[in-house]
Amino acid sequence: MTVAIRSAGLGKQYRSGWALRDCNLQIPAGRICALVGPNGAGKTTLLRLALGLLKPSTGDISVFGWSPTTNATLVLARVGYVPQDRPLYRRFTVDEMLHLGRRLNPRWDQEVAAGRLRRLDIPLDRQVGQLSGGQQAQVSLALALGKRPDLLLLDEPVSNLDPLARRQFLSELVQVVAADGLTVVLSSHVVAELERVCDHLVILNSGRVQVMGEIEALLELHKLVIAPSLDPAQVARDQTVVQATHTERQSALLVKVGGKPVRSDWETHSVSLEDMVLAYLGNPSVSTLPAPALEEVAG
Amino acid sequence: MIHFHLDARSGMPTYMQLVNLVRRAVRNGTLRAGDRLPTAREMVAALAINPNTVLKAYTYLENEGLVTSRPGLGTFITKGIKAQLAPTVQRSLRRGLDAWLKRAREAGLDQEGILAIVNLAIDENQSARVA
Repeated sequence: MTVAIRSAGLGKQYRSGWALRDCNLQIPAGRICALVGPNGAGKTTLLRLALGLLKPSTGDISVFGWSPTTNATLVLARVGYVPQDRPLYRRFTVDEMLHLGRRLNPRWDQEVAAGRLRRLDIPLDRQVGQLSGGQQAQVSLALALGKRPDLLLLDEPVSNLDPLARRQFLSELVQVVAADGLTVVLSSHVVAELERVCDHLVILNSGRVQVMGEIEALLELHKLVIAPSLDPAQVARDQTVVQATHTERQSALLVKVGGKPVRSDWETHSVSLEDMVLAYLGNPSVSTLPAPALEEVAG
Repeated sequence: MIHFHLDARSGMPTYMQLVNLVRRAVRNGTLRAGDRLPTAREMVAALAINPNTVLKAYTYLENEGLVTSRPGLGTFITKGIKAQLAPTVQRSLRRGLDAWLKRAREAGLDQEGILAIVNLAIDENQSARVA
């Protein structure tokens, strides 16, 4: 299996401290990977390292096998990037933005970019600043796709869009992936709507990779166990306890199922992606690496 | 084409929901042998879901024998697959259920209470069969 992004011992230290530490990461090609974590977890730093906009302080990172810093031209030609603030020239018309994209990118495909926007009824002669937030997001996506990237990095692409614009943006995104089979990594701190769109997950917390793997495999492994006053220590012998809450009579534990099955007299529930992610984010010290799906990939 | 509706709160993986929708449509005769399922791209466009999810569902259905994929043409409900329930049987079962539902409502049960009884009955029948 082709790996889109791989890092080993990757770290980035700013003057204020470590933004990313000991990051061992593998994101297989052809996936839509959610990069999830609280603000300041290192998501943007990781994306900028993958682009070569930052140099690692420790370890290394490769994109399709190439180092983004020593082989910048090779990597940048294959990667599309939409930063969080969606930098567009507000006084340019959409057409002028596309013209800029055409002049700056040798592999530019005007039909991919302009055709996409026409289909969405976005007026090409309108100034970018006069478009709605959702339309501006679509213009950014079209610009990134116009260069025909093999890897698309999106930093918080839907965080300030209304629900309908979010849905439309994500719908466009999955259709592009279905058509062209590119790899997408999108960072987000909103999880709920990513469950249908993403098939891979990386949780970053306090600058470290806490969880990574295929979402469906991860969800199968995580269960909410409810039983009369459980002793987490007892459960922890067989399962990894991610989160524990207790009332006088009952305990609820979100566990990653280990070697032994959960006792059959305990009530077990499947968990949503959001439940699982929030449990990890609330407990930064728990990590369940390596994820099973990635062990297979390694070979 | 049948309408695919996904339930975000079901707790069931999306690919399994798709599998169940196709199974149900075949069972009640909405989809018949030879019908073509939407292409992965059509499904992705309609539902805004991950393309790999659709492929996973179709592979699952194909392994199960319910659908057959013909490269370049699409994915079709396998020839010879019949609705597992004759319409007359289905209607008769349904009539019995409707009568029972009416009695349950008259006894003051709300939807939650009804579902609780139904789920309990299914669970107990299941364990009785296993035991």
